Amino acid sequence: MSDAFAWLYSDVVKEHFTNPKNVFNPDEGFSHNAEGMTGNIKCGDQMLFMLRVEGDVIQDVRWKTYGCASAIASTSMLSEVVKGMAIKQAYNIKPNDIVAKLGGLPDNKIHCSVLGDKALRAAIDDYLSKNGRSGEFRNEGARIICTCLNISDRDIEDAVKGGARDWNGLQERTKIGTVCGGCKEAAEELLHEYVHIFGDA
Amino acid sequence: MERRFVYMDYNATTPLRPEVKAQMIEDLELYANASSLHEAGRRARSRIERSRSAVAELIGAKDPERVIFTSGGSESNNTVFATMFHLGRTGGRKGIVTTKIEHPCVLNAAKWLAEEGFPVTFLDVDEYGVVDMDQLKQAVGPETLLVSVMAANNEIGTVQDIKAIAAVAKAAGAYMHSDATQSVGKIPVSVDDWGVDYMTMSCHKLYGPKGIGGLYVREGCPLEPLIRGGHQEHGFRAGTYNNQGILGFGLAAELAKTELEGYVERVGGLRRRLRDGILAAVPKCRVNGHPERVLPNTLNVSFPGAEGEAILLSLDLEGIRVSTGSACASGSLDPSHVLMATGVGPELAHGSIRFSLGRDSTEEDVDYVVSRIGPIIARLRSMSTVSY
Ligand SMILES: Cc1ncc(COP(=O)(O)O)c(C=O)c1O
Ligand code: FES
Repeated sequence: MSDAFAWLYSDVVKEHFTNPKNVFNPDEGFSHNAEGMTGNIKCGDQMLFMLRVEGDVIQDVRWKTYGCASAIASTSMLSEVVKGMAIKQAYNIKPNDIVAKLGGLPDNKIHCSVLGDKALRAAIDDYLSKNGRSGEFRNEGARIICTCLNISDRDIEDAVKGGARDWNGLQERTKIGTVCGGCKEAAEELLHEYVHIFGDA
Repeated sequence: MERRFVYMDYNATTPLRPEVKAQMIEDLELYANASSLHEAGRRARSRIERSRSAVAELIGAKDPERVIFTSGGSESNNTVFATMFHLGRTGGRKGIVTTKIEHPCVLNAAKWLAEEGFPVTFLDVDEYGVVDMDQLKQAVGPETLLVSVMAANNEIGTVQDIKAIAAVAKAAGAYMHSDATQSVGKIPVSVDDWGVDYMTMSCHKLYGPKGIGGLYVREGCPLEPLIRGGHQEHGFRAGTYNNQGILGFGLAAELAKTELEGYVERVGGLRRRLRDGILAAVPKCRVNGHPERVLPNTLNVSFPGAEGEAILLSLDLEGIRVSTGSACASGSLDPSHVLMATGVGPELAHGSIRFSLGRDSTEEDVDYVVSRIGPIIARLRSMSTVSY
């Protein structure tokens, strides 16, 4: 990472912030067959991904973001990365992959600004559902958090989207942590992150 | 306009005035411990007492002895709240009434007292950031120990009617404290006219050095030292006198007093120019804070559709230094507690910028900012998911 005092973020972030790639421009006539939005205005970031998918490959992509410099840069970077990528592979992109490509981000920026992967997954899900393949990638890239009950990060995400806001709410929906309890810390961390992102949606 | 550097973050801190700086450098020779009885010590002490008089004069305190030097606004505020802790702990009144828009050093000190079992009320403000007087009157009663309301807000610049608020506190027999960190040197401040028992000041907001501030304590009002030790400041604040800081504070206070009228007029004019320029350059933006009862140097604007940190960094790339109303850039992801308290909602709170002008600001600075803000907001809005 470059000198934080020279600029708050890395040079790569600065470049993608000042010259973002693949921003949606209504005058351009971009045609797409899938889109997904995620984010939370309370947290200050919201992202929209538009994809043109052909034969399960992302041919082209456009996006819009309401957010801070790192949110704009990370969405721009992600849009470059997924162009020409198979949707299944794109579905597996993790926030950390993008953070690494950006040359790092301050810790407090990672949760909110790297929503791009979630917006992207929402867009791919949209494509799948439009093609009668709803939920096909549901477990792609999922990480098991509760080994006793085989509950993944995706399950926690879904529970939050379904209304879980605290540990009790999460347990009611998933039964997570009710066997050995060893997953509680990791699960609560994710819960906190997802409530932050999806809490107002 | 040609690229230039523009500092518009005077509420965060101010540059050291050249006159003050020069005098402070000269005074570095004055190294003696101001508590020492020898000639050199007495000389240092005498200069410190002159500074105390200058600070007292700036805030309309007749007796300079009622001004205590501290390390700054945060310490002064904490000293008041620590005093209330000691008073409340030993029985009697315990109620603390403050507002939702205080600086974090007051908010967190108040939260500490709440955790210690003190009943604490955080008053609401209206859409302009003005304290709700009806709610104040309801909240203050025979159990109230302290009313603490900032004189002017650091983010939106709204100036409170401290005189009226102090009257409510006094009628109930409570102590009245005001954090005047952002007011001293920017608007007329008078401890007697306002009727405050305690008042906080910080030197680095008025073109003096950092790490020095003051607390006014009215005669007869109790004070518990935060820092115990020697007999300095009548035992209310121990530690070897900060000669240079105090001398710088005195000089800055003196200059601030003589220049106040001209400052209000000139900087107030620049603020209006900036406000009108931005409103004309950017469609659908909104000025936060009170339209009239506002600091002459503070302009807080929300730009819906664009996020504050992205605006701040875009301005930074153009050489313009401002702050966000949102604390996002500084580590917290929650929108500004001040703007949220005014009820603007998270989107306007996230998309806000604080422009704070100062004595070195010029019309050229203002015009440069106005020339840059339009394209910046247009660019960010064109990328944004939020329509406005
Ligand atoms: C209203 C207010 N109170 C207190 C402070 C803290 O002052 P200091 O930096 O001297 O501790 C500030 C400065 O940011 C302020 O704006
Ligand atoms: S790992 Fe979740 S209950 Fe054991």
